[in-house]
Amino acid sequence: MKGIKILERILLAIPIMLGIAIIIFFFMRLTPGDPVDIMMGKAGMVSKAEIANLRKEFNLDKPLHIQLFLFLKGLLKFDLGKSFTKGMPVMELIKETLPATIELALFAMMFALIIAIPVGVISAVKQNSWIDRFAMAGSFFGISMPHFWLAIVAILIFSVKLNLLPTQGRISYGVELAHITGLYVFDSIVTGNLEALIDTLKHIILPAVSLGSAMAAIVARVMRSSMLEVLRQDYIVLARAKGLPEWLVITKHAVKNALIPTITVVGLQMGVLLGGNMIIETVFGWPGIGRMVVNAIFARDYPLVQGVVMFYAFVYITANLIVDIIYTVVNPKIQL
Amino acid sequence: MARLQEKVLTSNFNFKESPFKIKYRKYLHAAVDILSRLKKYPLAFVGLIVLVVYFLMAVFAPFLCPHDPAESNISIRLKPPIFLGGDWSNPLGTDSIGRDLLSRIIYGSRVSLLIGVITVSISVVVGSSLGAVAGYFHGRFDALLSRLADLLLAFPFLIFTIGAMAFMGPGFWNLIIALSFKSWVEFYRLVRGEMLSEKNKEYVEAAKALGQNDFTIILSEIMPNIFHSILVLATLRLGYLIVAEASLSFLGLGVPPEIPAWGSMIQSGKNHMMNAFWISTLPGMALVVLVLSINLLGEGLRDILDPRLRID
Repeated sequence: MKGIKILERILLAIPIMLGIAIIIFFFMRLTPGDPVDIMMGKAGMVSKAEIANLRKEFNLDKPLHIQLFLFLKGLLKFDLGKSFTKGMPVMELIKETLPATIELALFAMMFALIIAIPVGVISAVKQNSWIDRFAMAGSFFGISMPHFWLAIVAILIFSVKLNLLPTQGRISYGVELAHITGLYVFDSIVTGNLEALIDTLKHIILPAVSLGSAMAAIVARVMRSSMLEVLRQDYIVLARAKGLPEWLVITKHAVKNALIPTITVVGLQMGVLLGGNMIIETVFGWPGIGRMVVNAIFARDYPLVQGVVMFYAFVYITANLIVDIIYTVVNPKIQL
Repeated sequence: MARLQEKVLTSNFNFKESPFKIKYRKYLHAAVDILSRLKKYPLAFVGLIVLVVYFLMAVFAPFLCPHDPAESNISIRLKPPIFLGGDWSNPLGTDSIGRDLLSRIIYGSRVSLLIGVITVSISVVVGSSLGAVAGYFHGRFDALLSRLADLLLAFPFLIFTIGAMAFMGPGFWNLIIALSFKSWVEFYRLVRGEMLSEKNKEYVEAAKALGQNDFTIILSEIMPNIFHSILVLATLRLGYLIVAEASLSFLGLGVPPEIPAWGSMIQSGKNHMMNAFWISTLPGMALVVLVLSINLLGEGLRDILDPRLRID
């Protein structure tokens, strides 16, 4: 029964993806003039024949519904079109920059969860104590603080004033590292390259913390409230009554159940992580997808922007789909 | 809550007045009631006061500014603020081309507040009216709109807005369009849900039995009862939208560069972090204080009016 529900949920994601593709397609056509005009207008002297060629190459000479059809057909084959400025397929460019973005997102998420879950648990267990108040005030700041502002303050303190951490890129110039997966920290561990490991870790701390802090703030709040709710349940009373030590009641019975609602929030927060990565990657010169798309916007490279936005939407929907599935698996009470 | 309902109910049964007068009085009662209860939440009250100060600052910007925010004077560039050894002619120092930072921060509040308030207003009006109609009549229109809402929610907000601005280009109204395009959905979902649960209650039945038409029932019977939830959501969204505006301006995708906005000021100061950190940190402080106080007010209002919206 559960298998069918999960399959149903997966099938439901398809029309949503399709809808998003159509919205993106039409948004791109909202621009006054067509993309080739705008791009060539910026570039200056270009012959009419060249413009016609470009139109043909990007299918802009065909009627709108055919264009839409071709766009959707390309999507089915994971073909997101070709970048104007780099002359490469968008998918290739995404593949190239993806490892950097994944690495940053993973570290941001790890930072968020490692901080947020214990903070949420302790706040709930010591409800209304000074620790709780302090933690919740901190998470309130975390929610109100824009990513880029946090990044700037972090750079100011840790790089400019204390001169501890680098502010640009993933690895220092001159540090050698064999690229296996493209995740630099992982690569340096696998190859046993201690110098590269320290260097890459130094580079990733500031961007990961700036990106993960908002997520940490929200997850801490949700964890605290779901812990408070779980701690009032009968089975916790029973566990205490049968003489289990308090730490075991909390870790074994309460935290496990309180984690379930938190999973959903982590899924929803993926959106914040994806949006934030455009800003954080730009601030820290991190060579990932986010910085690529911001550069593409200023270069008026529409196919690249369109492709990356589509890719982001795909990642977000898939992440939430996975979260929903995990949710059903870990929580037998919930039906999709 | 009981007092508010009592007031709302008593004014409801005054048949001599026109429905619109009654509705107006209900909102007035509610506003006075909220203010009196807000006093018990000191932090939220502080948030409200700070917000009012920012509004006054934005409105009276031309009278408060010591200098023209666009006037540059290269001979006094990168002058430090008064607490770092500057002087009173430029209390918060100057930026890289010698523009007065205090004046620019004061003018910057206009962009943030205007865009925030206009976008929230559009979202409230569009979202609530569509939500009210969808929830009340609950037919094919509702099915269609709810699918659209699901679709828009399946898209991370900032990515959608950045994408939209990429295609439309920087501009004041473009920014408002890009931000509103998705943010009405939150209000739609809230009002539609409330409508669905309210429309079967007895007071609506009673109004129907009295022969009031659907439009009047929605506007003057149901809306006043869900007004408080809309107010809470609107306040919390205002803070979020101001951050979104600043993030877009920071990326250079917000208002055109000649208009002073906090996001673009922070961006321009980034290159002078080593020798003039105040150029980016001071506008950032202005932004953070504003957003913090809006969120404090929003959370206070939520605790007073609509504890169900709490995430904790």
